[in-house]
Amino acid sequence: MSDRYIKEKGAAGFFKSLFRHQIFIPIAALLLLAIFNLIVDPSFFKITLGYSSDGYPVLSGNLMTIIDYGSELAILAIGMTLVTAASGGQDISVGAAIAISGSVVLRVLCGTDSRPEVLQAPIIVAFLISCVVAMLFGAFNGTLVAYFKIQPMVATLILFTAGRSIAAWINNNELPIVSDKTFTYFGGFIPGVPIPTPFFIALLCMAVIALALKFTNLGLYVQSVGINEKSSRLNGLNPQMIKFMTYVILGLCVAVAGFIKVSRLSSINYSVIAKDIEMDAILAVALGGNALSGGKFNMTASILGAYVIQFLTTTLYKMEVQSAALSAYKAIVVIALVVLSAPVVREKLTDLWKKITGGKAAKSQA
Amino acid sequence: MSFSNKLRNRIGNMTDTNLLTSITIVVFIIMYLGAILFLGEGFLKPQTFFNMLNANAALIILSCGMSLVMITGGIDISVGGVTALCCMCSAVFLDHHGGNVIGAILISVGIGLAFGLIQGYLISYLEIQPFIVTLAGMFFARGMTTIVNTNPFNVVNEEFVALKETRIIIPFMGYVNKAGNYVNAYIEIGVVVALLIVAALFFVLKWTKTGRNFYAVGGNRQSALMLGVNVKRTTFISYVLCGLLAGIGGFVYFMHVGSGSASHASGAEMNAIASSIIGGTMLTGGVGNIIGTLFGVMSLALIQNIVSSVGLDQAWWTGITIAAMLCLFLVIQSIVMSRKSGSVSADAGTTADAKKG
Repeated sequence: MSDRYIKEKGAAGFFKSLFRHQIFIPIAALLLLAIFNLIVDPSFFKITLGYSSDGYPVLSGNLMTIIDYGSELAILAIGMTLVTAASGGQDISVGAAIAISGSVVLRVLCGTDSRPEVLQAPIIVAFLISCVVAMLFGAFNGTLVAYFKIQPMVATLILFTAGRSIAAWINNNELPIVSDKTFTYFGGFIPGVPIPTPFFIALLCMAVIALALKFTNLGLYVQSVGINEKSSRLNGLNPQMIKFMTYVILGLCVAVAGFIKVSRLSSINYSVIAKDIEMDAILAVALGGNALSGGKFNMTASILGAYVIQFLTTTLYKMEVQSAALSAYKAIVVIALVVLSAPVVREKLTDLWKKITGGKAAKSQA
Repeated sequence: MSFSNKLRNRIGNMTDTNLLTSITIVVFIIMYLGAILFLGEGFLKPQTFFNMLNANAALIILSCGMSLVMITGGIDISVGGVTALCCMCSAVFLDHHGGNVIGAILISVGIGLAFGLIQGYLISYLEIQPFIVTLAGMFFARGMTTIVNTNPFNVVNEEFVALKETRIIIPFMGYVNKAGNYVNAYIEIGVVVALLIVAALFFVLKWTKTGRNFYAVGGNRQSALMLGVNVKRTTFISYVLCGLLAGIGGFVYFMHVGSGSASHASGAEMNAIASSIIGGTMLTGGVGNIIGTLFGVMSLALIQNIVSSVGLDQAWWTGITIAAMLCLFLVIQSIVMSRKSGSVSADAGTTADAKKG
């Protein structure tokens, strides 16, 4: 089989270019996971149409869970990709920032009462205020990184340490509960629509970023700053401003993700909400084949990476892995993926491949 | 020459490492004096200081490893997870398999070493980003801890409890308690281990070839390579040492808490990074000092102590104050560095640092 493919140069060339393409890594991972699930239990892919407790049609199944719960991750991956590309570092405070923005949403909705009968403010106002707050925290990170030239991971470590404390402080450490039905639509289902709402919100974010990348210079500027800050300054860009901007954009993404998160529960748990999501978001960027040291990026690959991570999580849950033990399996998969995608390993593998095929060719000639 | 001029000259001639470390030590002493002045007697008791050491012995060891890795320009966020795994494995070995203390120590050190070797190999020889590798390491360690044993439990092994209860009495430092009895000041065994490690690493970093190589690699990989330093091997060694120290730190932590739990040492990696940074180690590499790290840990402990004695005992204040302190130190570092690089050219600074450190 393999010999024939090598003789056909066209096919070999096609595979070579496919391997080199960045999006190959997340797609390969996705395929591997899908095939694995297909072999173990084909019913994994079953989607059933059921009815919610209110009598509205609702689609359920593992695939629905993936696109539902992968939404926050995908939204975060958008911002994280930009931050990674521009500043060559990652924002590890997103989980804590989600806690803050979620806390702000609930604070505005509930006012001073922790269990109000009616909402104290329109939902859109609460959302907009949380956006402003999250962008301010993003601006704080951005200032430290861009203007004080502190390493991103270290600069965001500040908010990482303080974030959940601030979130608790915003609500006086109370656990407000929103009883309004409309609020749950954003993290659940809109009556009559069988597809979970977070997926639509994620789609909207993707559309916005796709348009921004297509019609503005955002992508170009971010990449040039990430590749060489000095020469982009010499070319008339303002690298500090661009880095700062990416952190503010990530802040916006955080606000959207935080809004979905609190809408799912109608409440908040400061120490648990969005726990370890920063790790997942960074992994999504890495899985998308983007260099974590900055420079060129591929947004589609990152978003796909986010869904791959969610796919993996769901698969592991399906196999009845304890949620606390989940991380061990995730780690093994991640290590396997990064090892395979490491340039050094790939080079060695290519050499090995050549040796095997070269040896065979020599044999067949003899 | 006036005093201020002299001081300025001294500071100008200082290496980055020494300058940042001095800032930390000065801030620590000022904070301690302030605490004694404003918060009264409690801080005058030597035991208060020793208690800070007792509670943070493991963190000191972890931070030392972290500093080593950060000096070479890398990062290791798996240390907290490894600590928890070491605790759990030792606890299970002691209680469920009737093991002895020596075996438990070997298990802890072995786990740490294994993590160090694997992560070091992946990072230095396969050139995968340290953040990703150690992130996966952390995930793996935390997950494995739960797989080894889900529920937290206290260890009842007699031999171990005896070791855990061992107190080293410091003469002449005790105090008379309210009942009128004289209470001896004490430290735990872990503190001795931690201080020995600090001393050993200080020696290694200052006077051995490997130690100097760490600074050279962290300062500038390319020029270190040109100068004939085995960059890959040096990086590898730094991660192995960090893993080993995480293992030792894990057992010291275990000796302090005496139980196994999946939530042990949660956030320890971030505390270790914060301590190293406060102690003057820069994440960019090439700058750092073990003594500074020791003071970094102690500063963190002191802040926590002050916060709780002021009466702000709500949990969130600790997080906020630590973050504020971290922010302050980072900004100071950033300003100091940009001023220095303004006066001396950046290249000269790096070479001088590689020479003197």
